[in-house]
Amino acid sequence: MLEIKNLSYRVEGEDGPVDILKNVSLNIEDKKFVVITGPNGGGKTSMARAIMGIYQPTGGQILWNGTDITNLSVTDRARMGISYGFQQPPRFKGMKVRDLLTVAAGEKISHDQACSYLTKVGLCARDYIDRDVDSSLSGGEVKRIEIATILARKSELMIFDEPEAGIDLWSFARLTETFKEIHDKKEATILIISHQERIIRLADEIVLIAGGSLSDRGTVEEIYPKIIADTVSSCNMLEVNNKC
Amino acid sequence: MLNDIQKHILEMVADLKGTGEGAINIRSDGQKAFRRNTENIVIESKTDKDGIDIRIAPHTHQEHVHIPVVVTESGRKDLVYNDFYIGDYADVTIVAGCGIHNCGDCDSEHNGLHTFHVGKFAKVKYTEKHYGDGEGSGKRILNPQTVLYLEEGASVTLETTQIRGVDDTKRYTKVVCQGPNSEIIVRENLLTHNDQRADSEMDIFLNGEDSKAQVISRSVAQDNSTQVFYPRVEGNCKCFGHVQCDAIIMGSSKVRAIPEITCNHVDASLIHEAAIGRIAGEQILKLMTLGMTPEEAEAKILEGFLR
Ligand SMILES: Nc1ncnc2c1ncn2[C@@H]1O[C@H](COP(=O)(O)OP(=O)(O)OP(=O)(O)O)[C@@H](O)[C@H]1O
Ligand SMILES: [Mg+2]
Repeated sequence: MLEIKNLSYRVEGEDGPVDILKNVSLNIEDKKFVVITGPNGGGKTSMARAIMGIYQPTGGQILWNGTDITNLSVTDRARMGISYGFQQPPRFKGMKVRDLLTVAAGEKISHDQACSYLTKVGLCARDYIDRDVDSSLSGGEVKRIEIATILARKSELMIFDEPEAGIDLWSFARLTETFKEIHDKKEATILIISHQERIIRLADEIVLIAGGSLSDRGTVEEIYPKIIADTVSSCNMLEVNNKC
Repeated sequence: MLNDIQKHILEMVADLKGTGEGAINIRSDGQKAFRRNTENIVIESKTDKDGIDIRIAPHTHQEHVHIPVVVTESGRKDLVYNDFYIGDYADVTIVAGCGIHNCGDCDSEHNGLHTFHVGKFAKVKYTEKHYGDGEGSGKRILNPQTVLYLEEGASVTLETTQIRGVDDTKRYTKVVCQGPNSEIIVRENLLTHNDQRADSEMDIFLNGEDSKAQVISRSVAQDNSTQVFYPRVEGNCKCFGHVQCDAIIMGSSKVRAIPEITCNHVDASLIHEAAIGRIAGEQILKLMTLGMTPEEAEAKILEGFLR
């Protein structure tokens, strides 16, 4: 189980300190499918990065299976079964897709295994396995390879940061199948940051993060209607403001 | 014939275990240590100066030539001239390399001048590896010069690799694509560390109609080392040239890249790109999220970059 207790993250901005996360508390039970959503800049990525250890929180605690991991390194957390698919994955000159998947798996993997991870994200394995993960790949391709690394890693907790971003309709359909499959087979706990209704509808629980705080949480049935109502009213507000 | 140190160095620079197959000439501490010719490839010692002539018959099909040089004597200063005459339509792989093992406190130096006359429609892959080791305080210095003349339709891939161990290197490469449709690809991989210095200068002349040049230089500078690159390409007719210099800078090293492209013809199309930067933090972090330590991540990134 992942336990987040009063998590805060403050950075020094140009005009003084900025609170990016404010006292966020959240428990995620094993094998659950949780979606975090909310407005741009709300703090979703910051929270995921804090869970992975990329950002060091300025307050609060993170517990993983009962162990306090707040001060552990990214490497340690990765080895304890947490993985994170970047919102904007980096590229590596000279590193082959196959190499990256091998690093992710943490052991030698067969050609067929490597290809199966690519197929699960809608990539034709034969065309990509020996390509470099560099700027010759399109945004959507890099993003899907990033997701494949998380599948290859087979962690207990898989965090995906906007896996839908830049991905075509066909691959997106394949991807949602993959998430559903992992969940149905209880292979991992899934935490997905997403703005996509199709992904949100798969979740056991939805967590809304806005302005650095956890503003709401509940099932799809409870939360989704509120989100829709909220977005409609803010559209109206925008129109009113623009008229001014 | 060869002692263990010499054998180890041979393995490092020439991928040679024993004497393998194909034509071969091993030079060790200024002496001819071993030579073998084949039906199509004849190696002869020069009579007027130090070095060899390598003659490859026209239409030679997929043969190998190995010409490694080993320097193990501290204080030795070597200067050799190797001339290659590659017949029309020949298809060959040439592996040259120089390894210096310096246990003493005098500088050891090897200066190799390689000249290639590449015949019509010949295809050559030329690989050159540099390697240095030994605990002595004497410097390991390597100064290779490579000059190539390409006839019509000739195609040459030149790969040079110098990973660690060489204290000082001044490399000069000159390529003249004189025949139409001739093509040169240069791949340069370099890693320097400690107080090492590497200078690489290159002149490529595209004189033949529709000739092509591609230069891909990848380098890593660590510690206090210094690297300077001067790739220059001149287009004198309808031609295409692309120079790409990519460097990773670490520690307190310094890298300068000064690419120069000159078009002397309206249909010459030349491009250069140069980028120098540190390893991106996100790259290290990504590999850490896959369970690597920061040190393992860095090594993995460099390994790919220099491949
Ligand atoms: N180092 C930093 N300095 C200042 N502000 C920062 C820093 N890092 C993040 N922020 C700010 O923190 C806020 C939250 O960023 P975060 O990336 O977590 O948002 P997000 O919810 O993932 O947004 P999106 O939906 O656009 O991906 C943003 O306003 C961002 O500009
Ligand atoms: Mg984000």
